[in-house]
Amino acid sequence: MFNFCTDPDTLPQLQWFACYLTTGKHMGFYASFGTVLLLLAITAPTALLFGFGGASAARARLLPLRWFGKAYIALVRGVPDIAFFLFFVIALDQAFEWMRHQVKCPDWDQPVRQGNDFVVCAAAKMPLGTSPQWVHETYGFFLAVLTFAIVFGAFAANVLYGAMRAVPYAQIETAEAYGMSHRQTFWRILVPQMWVFALPGLSNLWMVLIKATPLLFLLGVEDIVYWARELGGTANPRFTDYPHGDWRMWYFLALLVFYLGFTRISELALDRIMRRLSHGQATAAGEAQRRTAGGPP
Amino acid sequence: MKKLVLATAALALSAGLASADTVRMGTEGAYPPWNFINDKGEVDGFERALGDELCKRAELTCEWVTNEWDSIIPNLVSGNYDVIIAGMSITDEREQVIDFTQNYTPPDPSAYLALSADLDVEGAVIAAQTNTIQAAFVAEHGWTLVEFATPEETIAAVRNGEADAVLADKSYLAPVAEAEADLVLLEREEAIGGGVGMGVRESDGELKAKFDAAIQSMKDDGSLNALISKWEVSSTF
Repeated sequence: MFNFCTDPDTLPQLQWFACYLTTGKHMGFYASFGTVLLLLAITAPTALLFGFGGASAARARLLPLRWFGKAYIALVRGVPDIAFFLFFVIALDQAFEWMRHQVKCPDWDQPVRQGNDFVVCAAAKMPLGTSPQWVHETYGFFLAVLTFAIVFGAFAANVLYGAMRAVPYAQIETAEAYGMSHRQTFWRILVPQMWVFALPGLSNLWMVLIKATPLLFLLGVEDIVYWARELGGTANPRFTDYPHGDWRMWYFLALLVFYLGFTRISELALDRIMRRLSHGQATAAGEAQRRTAGGPP
Repeated sequence: MKKLVLATAALALSAGLASADTVRMGTEGAYPPWNFINDKGEVDGFERALGDELCKRAELTCEWVTNEWDSIIPNLVSGNYDVIIAGMSITDEREQVIDFTQNYTPPDPSAYLALSADLDVEGAVIAAQTNTIQAAFVAEHGWTLVEFATPEETIAAVRNGEADAVLADKSYLAPVAEAEADLVLLEREEAIGGGVGMGVRESDGELKAKFDAAIQSMKDDGSLNALISKWEVSSTF
């Protein structure tokens, strides 16, 4: 990076660190912070969408749809995350490839399952064996997003399902008395009012999601914990220009600071959202807001 | 004549396709000198040099990917990459799940690394990496085994007293013993393992044959031995 970095052995400490912290390997570490943040930024809304779908399905009037919603919530919540990540992602990937295989290679005569191997024709591979590395990485990343969204969506569905039931029934009855249809009641009365009940549960999920990102490495996505372990490990002078002892403690300390800082920022943001959502609601917090604003007692 | 031209064209075309094949090489990236991530953040080490040379000889385009050791076989079998080249010893147990090319390093004894040279390994607590021949060896003998996901952690366990010794490939332990004064290699060594080979899917006979031929050609012209000596990974053929 800097031009004085050609011979690190001779450098004074400060410059040595300047060089050390800007090696290509460290750049990978810094970039992985971006990967994790991007994952969170995409996963959180997707999971919320899955959760909303699941919760709506679980209270649908159509019986099969209700079964589907309840089965989704119960199944995914019951399976350990790590088992889900190891099994489900591989199964999902193979399902995609199997479908492409059926469409693209109809005259393939060998079995797809050969002992332990899962063999599809080259054209059905996801992504294609010939595509560059970044395509593989992006594909792996989105597979991770999808898996995270399905897992956290189930928890979110349960939270939202509870929140929908927490909306005072009098509100629904009033809406019906005004002649609103079932759909109108749902979208105009229930959904706007449920968020304030859902937020404490959802904020818990968000915190858990932040900390769940090391599961990424199971899928081959190099996350911050992987890099911290890799960079912190003893660096032998034979294999690096920057030998050092076991520095994992310092790298994990940096991660600790990152996670704590991130949690704090999240808390501040969630507090603001809660204040906004309570505005005008028939809850204790909403009532308190109304009084401080000078409304009638 | 026309047929001949067509046949040649087809042959040339298929040869062209074959050379454009991309083979994805899966490695661990945490086991110097075999494979590790260098300062630039790229895969480096004996197996990087070997793999690149083999790909050149087999006329394949190779891409390097890293994967955790624990899930390195499942991810090969499900097709995330095509080859395992990660210091993996050829064992009967693994042969049941995947195929190996011929070995590219001869069978070499494993060594112990401990805090003092007069440790009696029988009855001591031995650290080893999960799913390795060394872990299987310790378990077989009924000694106390502590397993770790990465080789780095096995060394750390000895340093902080969690284990009395590490059992691993000598080539991995030797540079560690050299760099750190308080860690020594024991005299006792264990003859386990059948040499190191590349792992390929059982259904991938064609790729296996290509790499077998490439390894053989490197054995024949002595370049494999030169590479082994350069990286000090094992004895030579």
